[in-house]
Amino acid sequence: MIANLPFIAIALLIGIAFAIILLKKNMIKMVMGIGIMESAVNLFLITIGYREEGIAPIFTSAPEGSVMVLPTVQALTLTNIVIGVAATALMISMIMIIYKKYGTINSDKMRRLKE
Amino acid sequence: MNLLLDNLPALLIAVPLLGAFLVPVIGRFLPKIRDAWIILVSFLASLAAVITAAAVFLKGTLVYVFGAAAVSSAADSGGIPFRIIFTIDGFGAFMLLSAAIVSFAVVLYLVASQKERSGKSEFYALYLLLTAGIFGMVSTGDLFNFFVFLEINTLAGAALVSYHRKGGIAVEGAIKYLIVNTVGGLMVLFSIGLLYAQYNSLNMAFLASQMTWTTLNIVALVLFITALGMKAGAVPFHFATPDAYSVAPSGITAVMVVASQAGLYGLFRVLFTLYGGSINTVTIGWVIIILGILSMVIGVTMALPQKDIKRLLAYHAVSQTGYMLLGVGVAFAVLGDPAATAAFGQTAMEGGLFHIINHALYKGLLFLAVGAVIYRTGVWSLNKLGGLGHNMKWTMVFFLIGALAIAGIPPFNGFASKLMIYESVFAFNPALSIIAMVVSILTLASFMKVFHSVFMGPRLPEYENVKEVPKLMIAGMIILTIFVIGFGLVPDLVVDSIVSPAAAALLNQGSYITAVLGGGL
Amino acid sequence: MIGDLITGYGFWNPLIWIIVMATGLLFAWLIWRCGESGYDKGTEQTKPYLSGNDEPPKSDVHIRGGNMYWGFTHALKGYYDKLIPLHSGVVNDYLTWFVIGVIVIFVVVMVI
Repeated sequence: MIANLPFIAIALLIGIAFAIILLKKNMIKMVMGIGIMESAVNLFLITIGYREEGIAPIFTSAPEGSVMVLPTVQALTLTNIVIGVAATALMISMIMIIYKKYGTINSDKMRRLKE
Repeated sequence: MNLLLDNLPALLIAVPLLGAFLVPVIGRFLPKIRDAWIILVSFLASLAAVITAAAVFLKGTLVYVFGAAAVSSAADSGGIPFRIIFTIDGFGAFMLLSAAIVSFAVVLYLVASQKERSGKSEFYALYLLLTAGIFGMVSTGDLFNFFVFLEINTLAGAALVSYHRKGGIAVEGAIKYLIVNTVGGLMVLFSIGLLYAQYNSLNMAFLASQMTWTTLNIVALVLFITALGMKAGAVPFHFATPDAYSVAPSGITAVMVVASQAGLYGLFRVLFTLYGGSINTVTIGWVIIILGILSMVIGVTMALPQKDIKRLLAYHAVSQTGYMLLGVGVAFAVLGDPAATAAFGQTAMEGGLFHIINHALYKGLLFLAVGAVIYRTGVWSLNKLGGLGHNMKWTMVFFLIGALAIAGIPPFNGFASKLMIYESVFAFNPALSIIAMVVSILTLASFMKVFHSVFMGPRLPEYENVKEVPKLMIAGMIILTIFVIGFGLVPDLVVDSIVSPAAAALLNQGSYITAVLGGGL
Repeated sequence: MIGDLITGYGFWNPLIWIIVMATGLLFAWLIWRCGESGYDKGTEQTKPYLSGNDEPPKSDVHIRGGNMYWGFTHALKGYYDKLIPLHSGVVNDYLTWFVIGVIVIFVVVMVI
């Protein structure tokens, strides 16, 4: 049970993120929802790389027969954090322009492109 | 020279990336040679792509391992390949070819059409990043790498869509595209995590050799289908596609078509190479077919009443994506049945794949031609345009060729691929084939409307002084036109030399795995 | 034969098609040549004749894009009335469709 706790947290976080993205009309909140989803995915990646009693994956001077956590997923998480920062920054700056031009950040009002 | 040839797959990414980051530097200190630099970098990148593709078609699958002593030895470290790896097989080479042609033609066009605009250095830097993203997506053999290039593709694409703000409306289209595709990208990463959790590898060939039919894998597959379908613009995930295409600068839209087809590439790669025969192909095949039919019908019926010229073309892009999904979906549905695959599955597949490159070419041509009209008149609405054929003869000819090709009129390339889809799908299920033909007729009808209302009719007073577009823009369109006509005149050569290897690469999952892992595993 | 594209049921050869079309055009040209040439540019002959009325200004003659296929969309009114509101332009709706798609496809794949 306790080992599954991170996965329950991930499911909850993704659920919350989708609820925010689908229900909130405020664009800033939507971006926050995407941020939560990103964190959930990062948490997921870190969790699948975790090993009981694992040590940091540094091969030089590692004790004999020790278990290491998986390094690949940590690299993936770092990459995803960087990508997430870029995506969030771009989205926020676009919302700024939308606010300047449309006077609103409500996604209901932001619909000059439709049909 | 040999060093360059050996490292071609790395150059595919290195050339556009380095070129992209040097553009702002050059734009700052040597603004005069910036345009020449862009054309040079884009030409070199396209050249690398074409040579790589040629090498793959001549010698078979190309495996390139980053950082390894011998570039083709992937199966080190006890059989589990963990290095970043590029695996370019027939299908990847095919996509590289279409991306190379379109991206180079569009650069020529952009250099002329962006001449009067500001902020050009960053614009071209983003453009080259987008090219790098597309090249990377279609050549990588590593799932996480695929995700990284997918995100580069999405971010650069969204930034380019919003580049000329047009009173905020372009930003609106871009942010919709960005939000939708970021969520899709995260879902792709989530499903990559699901696969990694089970098999401890990101290498597509290794995963493919281990794949089984479990619930977790089904979740991952469904997320892949929906998220990559969203990138490709399949109904009902297409909503952001017309929004983004209709406001992007015209040359960019032509490349966005290729960028979304890279999503389609990912979808087919996941279906055929990653999952292949390990899943219930009939059900998944029908899911793809139904997505295709919905895309075709809804895309074209939404296009008919449109009044914004680029939005109309964007809905046609959705509709044409349906043809590809239909052809390839039929091939996937009969994947488990060798007799049916030989009888019509392979032809359906070839038709669907051939349509990918054809669509990239003629839809690129159409967007460029429409962009030329907008460049000279500044008008988007079909209700206001008219009589431009008198002043813009070249643009009219290019648009007509593109329109006939998309409607499937012989002897242009759209007809050849559509015929292959019709006849092979008819053997699978006649009703699907009939729907496809009706959609084609509606496509012709809607292009009659565009052609008539933009180019035909008497010379209108408000467009009395409209001139033909600059020569470089025409050059970009000519490149695409040559391929549209050429592919239509010798479809058998094209199918035999590039489409059949692509279809064979997808249908034969084992060859992909063997190419990467060697015969030992 | 060179140029044959095998499509499973038959074949498609653009070269033969072009030869046939060229022959057709040749015959059309021959028939056209037999006609009488009585067309003079720049005379009254080339002006449109609208029952003796004056020709309206050029911008009124041109049929604009928005007027085309009015009948088609009108005939399919029920379909379009349902379809067009779906493209609402609200980005939340777009993502709702994504979630619906995921659920529907998952259920379909699991059940069948």
